[in-house]
Amino acid sequence: MAASPDLIERETALQGLGVSRLRKEDARFIRGMGTYIDDLKLPGMLFGAIVRSPYAHARIKAINKDKALAMPGVTAVLTADDLRPLGLHWMPTIGGDTQAVLADEKACFQMQEVAMVIASDRYTAADAADMVEVDYEELPAIVDPHKAMDADAPIIREDIADKDEVSHGKRTHPNHIFTWEAGDKDAADAVFNNAAVTVKEEILNPRVHPCPIETCGCVASFDKVTGQLTVNVTSQVPHLFRTVVAMLSGIPESKIRIISSDIGGGFGNKVPIYPGYVIAIVASIVTGVPIKWIESRIENISTTGFARDYHGIGELAADKDGRIKALRFFALADHGAFNSHVSATVLPAGLFSICTGSYDIPAAYCRVDAVYTNKAPGGVAYRCSLRVTEAVYLIERMIDVLAQKTGVDKAEIRRRNFIKEDMFPYTTSLGWTVDSGNYDAALDKVLQAVDYEGLLKEQEEKRANGELMGIGISTFTEIVGAGPTKVCDILGIGLFDSCEIRVNPTGSAIARLGTMSQGQGHATTYAQIIATELGLPSDDIQIEEGDTDTAPYGAGTWGSRSTPVAGAAAALAARKIRAKAKTIAAHLMEVGEADLEWEIDRFNVKGNPAQSKTMKEIAMVAHTGNLPDGMEQGLDASEYYDPPNLTFPFGTYVCVVDIDRFTGETKVRRFYALDDCGTRINPMIIEGQIHGGLTEAFAVAFGQQIPFDENGNHLGNSLMDYFLPTSFETPHWETDETVTPSPHHPIGAKGVAESPHVGGIPCFSNAVVDAFAHLGVTHMDMPHTAFRVWQQCKALGIEKRDDA
Amino acid sequence: MIPRQFEYHAPQTLPEAIALLQKYGDTAKLLAGGHSLLPMMKIRFAEPEHLVDLGKLAELRGIRDEGNELRIGAMTTENDLIWSALVQEKCPLLVEAARLIADPQVRYKGTIGGDISHGDPGNDHPAIMLALGASLVLQGSGGERVVAADDFFIDLFTTALEPDEVLTEIRVPVPAAGTGWCYAKLKRKTGDFATAAAAVLLRMKGDTVEDVSIALTNAGATALKAREAEDSLRGDKLNDAAIAEAARQAMSICDPVEDQRGNVEYKTAMSGEMTQRALRTAHERAAT
Amino acid sequence: MANKHTVSFKLNGNAVDVVVEPRELLIHTLRERLAHTGPHIGCETSHCGACTVDLDGASVKSCTVLTVQCQDAEVLTIEGIEQDGKLHALQEGFTEMHGLQCGYCTPGMITRAYRLLQENPNPSEEDIRYWMAGNLCRCTGYQNIVKAVQHAAEKMSSAQA
Repeated sequence: MAASPDLIERETALQGLGVSRLRKEDARFIRGMGTYIDDLKLPGMLFGAIVRSPYAHARIKAINKDKALAMPGVTAVLTADDLRPLGLHWMPTIGGDTQAVLADEKACFQMQEVAMVIASDRYTAADAADMVEVDYEELPAIVDPHKAMDADAPIIREDIADKDEVSHGKRTHPNHIFTWEAGDKDAADAVFNNAAVTVKEEILNPRVHPCPIETCGCVASFDKVTGQLTVNVTSQVPHLFRTVVAMLSGIPESKIRIISSDIGGGFGNKVPIYPGYVIAIVASIVTGVPIKWIESRIENISTTGFARDYHGIGELAADKDGRIKALRFFALADHGAFNSHVSATVLPAGLFSICTGSYDIPAAYCRVDAVYTNKAPGGVAYRCSLRVTEAVYLIERMIDVLAQKTGVDKAEIRRRNFIKEDMFPYTTSLGWTVDSGNYDAALDKVLQAVDYEGLLKEQEEKRANGELMGIGISTFTEIVGAGPTKVCDILGIGLFDSCEIRVNPTGSAIARLGTMSQGQGHATTYAQIIATELGLPSDDIQIEEGDTDTAPYGAGTWGSRSTPVAGAAAALAARKIRAKAKTIAAHLMEVGEADLEWEIDRFNVKGNPAQSKTMKEIAMVAHTGNLPDGMEQGLDASEYYDPPNLTFPFGTYVCVVDIDRFTGETKVRRFYALDDCGTRINPMIIEGQIHGGLTEAFAVAFGQQIPFDENGNHLGNSLMDYFLPTSFETPHWETDETVTPSPHHPIGAKGVAESPHVGGIPCFSNAVVDAFAHLGVTHMDMPHTAFRVWQQCKALGIEKRDDA
Repeated sequence: MIPRQFEYHAPQTLPEAIALLQKYGDTAKLLAGGHSLLPMMKIRFAEPEHLVDLGKLAELRGIRDEGNELRIGAMTTENDLIWSALVQEKCPLLVEAARLIADPQVRYKGTIGGDISHGDPGNDHPAIMLALGASLVLQGSGGERVVAADDFFIDLFTTALEPDEVLTEIRVPVPAAGTGWCYAKLKRKTGDFATAAAAVLLRMKGDTVEDVSIALTNAGATALKAREAEDSLRGDKLNDAAIAEAARQAMSICDPVEDQRGNVEYKTAMSGEMTQRALRTAHERAAT
Repeated sequence: MANKHTVSFKLNGNAVDVVVEPRELLIHTLRERLAHTGPHIGCETSHCGACTVDLDGASVKSCTVLTVQCQDAEVLTIEGIEQDGKLHALQEGFTEMHGLQCGYCTPGMITRAYRLLQENPNPSEEDIRYWMAGNLCRCTGYQNIVKAVQHAAEKMSSAQA
């Protein structure tokens, strides 16, 4: 039965769940009135500039501050010796390690923090930083992670050299961090030993960097009189930041306030707690004035949380029809000099064990060996869903390798291995229970949309003509929404999230959550969820995040946990309010609650819709004396949500590339992206996330890397070399969707922002390798720069014109 | 991000500018568009004590049509070149090159004079100057002199400019009607220097090459004129084999530096490939 | 006596005077002395374009201009794009077409697009991608930015029609 115009009008007025409503936050941004960290000026504020090690590995023999201190406008120069008496020269990391705040007698990576100059303004601070004299004794550096555990490898972490356990199990070497494994090695080995077909490849995920347009920074302000510490900071995790600062500073957590206002992009780069923040906090405690520290772009790329650096080996065992019987994936993880990235206690390699992907694989084993090297710390970042980029890259590349080996079409082999629609919820052989999916429908829809058969035919013709055309497919399953506290924690703190809603008498509301937007549109999307639950217009629902004094505790936003966790909390908190409202409505209309039904924005008496009370009316009543006996005033609720499971968005992407064999240049001719993120809160915002994630995937696949020479010196750490595509390089994206709700999520939503990055990278790579597949190439490592692709052409002898 | 301290001078006339250069010698640097120099100063790779800003010198602006020669003021920006109807008509090679330099904002400030006089082998206009057979007008304490482009680019960051001289004007012989042209530039992304690039001017008589000019960017310490490649083409039919031979000859003079854009082998091969691309495109554009 | 210059110029139509060292960058003068924090800093190598302003009718990266070069200049920043309380078609276009997410590159994008449309009132998608390639974005993938500029172009030309 079609909805009446009145119902449609009421629904539309809500601008709630499912509507592509325009964003509420845009008003300030289009006017240049966002409040980003470097916009903040406080009275008496001083500026910090960091002196950094030019060497990747060196002893610090002496630091001479005299010339710097003699400069007018310089207040202080802090080194590890100044932090030592306060016990703040080292700090705990969210990876369960300790990290030098300022290099303590040795530097372990190029550009490590050695001293901070505090001065009246940034110009003076820059000049003074140049005047600090540091005496180094260079040491041999480990740059290749494969050499980190050699018997004669130099010891990087002398501070823990005698510890055979730090926080993730036994260490077998001073440069060893952890070994983590999942699955059944014996079962997998047995299958491999008897398999009809096996394939094996070495697969690299190069070190890259999220590089948001805004770098990291803070203004730390300690009030000597009240003992209150306020830190305005670019943090995706304000509450975790506060707890860690309390742990390391000894200041009671109730006297610490962390404020993240507008953040200019995060992508995981703004999750860790960086030395620069801690030094600024100490400097503020010491000087009693606010201290601002804002890093430069080169500092950002060189020292803040990088992503990946996973040196993988992928193996699949299958029958001759390409049906996978077992999987063995291994990765050597280069974490840099400190284990500083976000890590759950029992999941130091994140969610890597999702590497069975969208496939029904009966036996699987995976292992990650993590090592220290003389490079900047990090590893988990950049829309990776906690090592899921690495995992999905491996499986989506390997299934193509298997397709080539068995001669099965790359789409068909996926169908043969898919977890089928009737198998959900499906528990993988590595222990994850995938909540819902319909991989066949997604694949079919995309192949039809791009005319897959037509593309294959065209490819055949082009190949006969000596041209390189590639068709890349990626059928990925993501895992997001960390997560259930029984497996997901940071330093023991569970990864639940929260929402607190207050409805005021005149029928608008404010909701505060423990997540932190960096552009994902939370001010709009959470309002839409709550609008539909409460029957109040999303325009009238204010969303707040980021101020730990007012927001309920949460684990922040790393890339796509907000909708699955805090979005659930928002819906459930709203439902608590609606339940109370129902009791009030029943009381007002003098009926039993069982006689009421909820319709868009009001409770109607069943069979008598003329008798109704809107949520707006009830909101006013909730603040009066006209309430059922024993009921408190107010229309508030909060929900701390411990998710029962993670969520598993998925998708099918197809990419068509044409490669110029004379230059190695790749042109992305077409990219079709179908995403299934369950219930879609705001399709316009989802599409924006897909565009952004695909563009970052494009950058990773075709140009990003952080190269070093053999002494650990950076070879390309500014935007001169680091590949950020402009509007000119970026392809056009076509987006599509299916909707398979999550059965365990209150509104069936799964989260989407990291999917395009996770699914996009292997799609581009698969396309490039496919362009050479007919010539016997099974794998090519990223980045697929023109230079590297040309080298592949040369290896095949096809880089010259025929008459050359 | 923050340059070192320096003194700033904004002369109102050219003689003033020259006098300042004389006075401060090698502690001074000229400021034209500033988009090569200021970035170097911000990361403290360049630390001049004096900047002499040419921005107020109106006599260094303007593009004049002198019949068979275009006279371009050294402070003409890349954006000025792109939008100039005169240059589009008379010397489209310059427009094509300017469009491939940097990005839109940089092009509003970056000048043809700065690009030429910096002596950076990565800059694009030097190869264009060689291909066009242009002349550079220099003014210094010793007066004015005109130097052929062939004699101007001497070595890495070294041109014929004396320390007290300013490049004031670029004189471009207008290519004959029907001349084909192309600047083919391979780069990693917008704003990057060339991995390799080739500038070509081509005049055909039927299917025979009457005259050709080929110059390479970023394949050596300076822009390079590929004379052997030109010689191999002149007077002969322009077919795939001839183009391939010209590319080989062009590659034979290359001496690029290995960096993140590629190794020596790749960059050399790309100089050859850009030569081929530029020749083919110039051929399409040439009248026969 | 410190090496300082007095520089007078127009900022969004208003006369301003500042006293600066020669090395002071225009972006810092705007943000730190003149309280115009709309233009942002995203790099130090003149690549990202987040600092873009309109200087004497040209889109310029204000991180690569010395304030001392701006005597008598006319500078337009994002703060001056809105006129008399009325949003510019570009500001509307960016909102309508979801051409922004974190908002950090947005002031530079809009200020650059403003000049683009002055010079090319009816740009194609290809034109926009080429002429906006001096402004980096990590959130949007540019596609909706292109749509935002096209939306504004249409609105502006129909307003004139």
